[in-house]
Amino acid sequence: MPEAEEMAPPAIELRGIDKRFGAVHANRAVDLTVRHGSIHGIIGENGAGKSTLMAILHGFYQADAGSIRVNGQEVAIRDSRDAIRLGIEMVHQHFMLVDRFTVLENVMLGAEGGPLLARGAAKARAELARLGETFGLRVDPDARIEDLPVGAQQRVEILKALYRGAEVLILDEPTGVLTPQEADDLFRVLRALRAQGRTVLLITHKLREIMAITDSVSVMRAGQMVAHRETAATSVAELGELMIGRRLTAPAPRPPPKLRPVLLDARNLSVHDAAGVERVKGVDLALRGGEILGIAGVAGNGQGELLEALAGMRRPSGGEIRLGGRTVFPGRGFNPAALRRQRLGHVPEDRLRCGLLRDASAAETAILGHQDDPSWRRFGLLAPSAIAAHAARLMHDYDVRPADPALRSALFSGGNQQKLVLAREIDRDPEVLLVGQPTRGVDIGGIDAIHQRLLACRAAGKAVLLVSVELDEIMALADRILVMFDGRIMGELTSAEADEQHLGLLMAGVAQERVA
Amino acid sequence: MNALPRWAELALLPVLNLLLALALTALLVLATGGDPVAALTALAVGSLGSADAIGYTLYYATSMAFTGLAVAVAFQGGLFNIGAEGQAYLGGLGVTLAALYLGFLPGLLLLPLAIAGGAAFGAAWAAIPGWLQARRGSHIVITTIMFNFLAAALMVYLIVNLLTPPGSMAPESRPFPEAASLPGLAQLGFPSSAPVNLALVLAMLAALGVWLLVWRTAWGYALRVMGQSPAVAAYAGIDQARMIIWVMALSGALAGGVAVNELMGAQHKLLLGFTSGYGFTGIAVALMGRNHPAGVLLAALLFGALTQGGAELAFEVPDVPSEIVVLIQGLVILFTGALGNMLRPALARMLGRAGG
Repeated sequence: MPEAEEMAPPAIELRGIDKRFGAVHANRAVDLTVRHGSIHGIIGENGAGKSTLMAILHGFYQADAGSIRVNGQEVAIRDSRDAIRLGIEMVHQHFMLVDRFTVLENVMLGAEGGPLLARGAAKARAELARLGETFGLRVDPDARIEDLPVGAQQRVEILKALYRGAEVLILDEPTGVLTPQEADDLFRVLRALRAQGRTVLLITHKLREIMAITDSVSVMRAGQMVAHRETAATSVAELGELMIGRRLTAPAPRPPPKLRPVLLDARNLSVHDAAGVERVKGVDLALRGGEILGIAGVAGNGQGELLEALAGMRRPSGGEIRLGGRTVFPGRGFNPAALRRQRLGHVPEDRLRCGLLRDASAAETAILGHQDDPSWRRFGLLAPSAIAAHAARLMHDYDVRPADPALRSALFSGGNQQKLVLAREIDRDPEVLLVGQPTRGVDIGGIDAIHQRLLACRAAGKAVLLVSVELDEIMALADRILVMFDGRIMGELTSAEADEQHLGLLMAGVAQERVA
Repeated sequence: MNALPRWAELALLPVLNLLLALALTALLVLATGGDPVAALTALAVGSLGSADAIGYTLYYATSMAFTGLAVAVAFQGGLFNIGAEGQAYLGGLGVTLAALYLGFLPGLLLLPLAIAGGAAFGAAWAAIPGWLQARRGSHIVITTIMFNFLAAALMVYLIVNLLTPPGSMAPESRPFPEAASLPGLAQLGFPSSAPVNLALVLAMLAALGVWLLVWRTAWGYALRVMGQSPAVAAYAGIDQARMIIWVMALSGALAGGVAVNELMGAQHKLLLGFTSGYGFTGIAVALMGRNHPAGVLLAALLFGALTQGGAELAFEVPDVPSEIVVLIQGLVILFTGALGNMLRPALARMLGRAGG
């Protein structure tokens, strides 16, 4: 229908969308028009309301007011089945895949096509091959999800959506878990989708991605749509300013580190995972007060296990750990609670899985790990008022929004959850602070605030160990950088020596001698 | 998502669910040719219509409160204790041994010792599955179920072979000494001879204690953290193995309260099968009471009333099949537990519109 194509109504048109959660006004009179066959970016800080808006479009929430039009038709989206019927599919930040199923089985899930699997499977297999050809989405249909790297798992999510006939694909922070190369692959797929007339909605806080891939972009701030731009006619600086409502300042140069003695020392440390695979292989590191030691590497090369071992959550299988000059491993009382008492702070890599109590209030999350502290006891019993007051102070000091200690932890945005976890750990005035992926899923304004906190710890003479897959972050913060590959330290660079090329080669497992 | 005001959440929704269960019961009575009005009247009068009725209702409710608390406290730690029945049974052994072998002591000493004996034996019987879960990874649901059967077999053996006095044909222990009997409310001026006794007060104190422990101590905080997420508990440095063993022991000790109510308060001797299913009713009570002590007390009262009213119903209205009582209990569990959120969206919409 070429004539129809010419005057095609917008793929998605939202008018006056309004949504409240109790006191939180997540979306205020939001308008959004997405052209058919375009890649449309939505940016905004965490808590700006992007995810809520997309959840409304996908039927997870219903708007309190406003209308939704799909291809010019006014529609009611009551649940995700309605959305799927309208061809709106979402790829979540956390994948919705059955780990033990194969790619084929995951794709068929919910679209089995009858009580017997064989016919549906044959059809799905043919369709997968076709989709893979058309969009450059090649995945082995018989591989089990748990055996696939993250980038491939994401391709399966996209395939699943396309298999169900997605016309509009919503991607929520899709590159958060990807290496730069995997992100490039994803962008190729998105361009192929656009070329085939599909519409892509990309939610992200990464301005560079917006500039690289989108046709047009909408900016949200504090629940409102503040601007719509054609990507070609805008700039990173303008978008950043629109997003946080003020001009971004360039980071101030760091003063040279004021080094203190070694506070954390690991020698020949080995760690096995639950399946018995050696994930950390004889790592040596020494961390001094007053410095930030960065550990770079592609996700899954043992950094996570190393961090958990140093925090006492995982028992090393060999080696020695000294904290503040005392041997804590091997030895009795090697556990997170005891290490915490010896002034170790730990911001875990995965805050949702283990850093906070999702179903409990922010106040309860604010005392996690420190529940034995007598300062929130009255007459020997926990005093909710004292805990709430403590949480309110932390939330005020670290600008956690909304500053409501009674709000359920899960209802805060990622950046605010992270600020709360960071507040809890830094407020205890630790000598050694272990930090994993501090800005994963955190917006620009939040990233800056978190980085300032870590630099303040460094200035105060604390020893900070920073594990991050974001090279920008490592380079902006670390005084020294260790690169991990396959459980080993591949090399050490000072912040002056480090550039993306050097780091990239080490991260790929190319030994240091050949780099230098 | 469908947030309700607190009063509607805690009062209106459960009451509506209960009414729904009763309405369906009425229909079923009608369908079996009975008179629903007479049946429901008999149920209400039989459970709450006289001092005797109230006395029996409270007596049953006491045992259900103990097992309800037992299940609820374990559930706060993410553990599903199905073994309250066996733990209560073993609690009976503890009570009996103390009452019989320390019977020479005065009541002031003997009563607390016998109560402690019941709690200790219940705790020990629950701590073993706890230990198996914590140190050996055997799933608590499976082991507690098996421990119910073990408890039943063990108690039959002990009662029949060791505790029944020589020459007696009835499988029960010799009577407890007077000093080991818990005063009934009748002795304190309650105008009925129903066996409701001071164990009722003990159950209420236990509920208060559970609330304080779980919501007002660091230990309870750690317990709830573990119940919400073992990964978070590991991060926080909570010793989960220890926690599992201790909370199971606490759960078993609470279940032991059934023996206090039944044996020290009413029977004054140990008899076969005295727990008569209270351990399983406790699961329903905890479920309906949302694993909160206040909710457990209210739910225990409801189930106590259904048990007592049901007995009266079978007696007063003979053309209603006696299974109807079990049916009512089932419907109550169905509507308050499994379908507990069925009315929520509609209610949220209605209240939202009314409230603006």
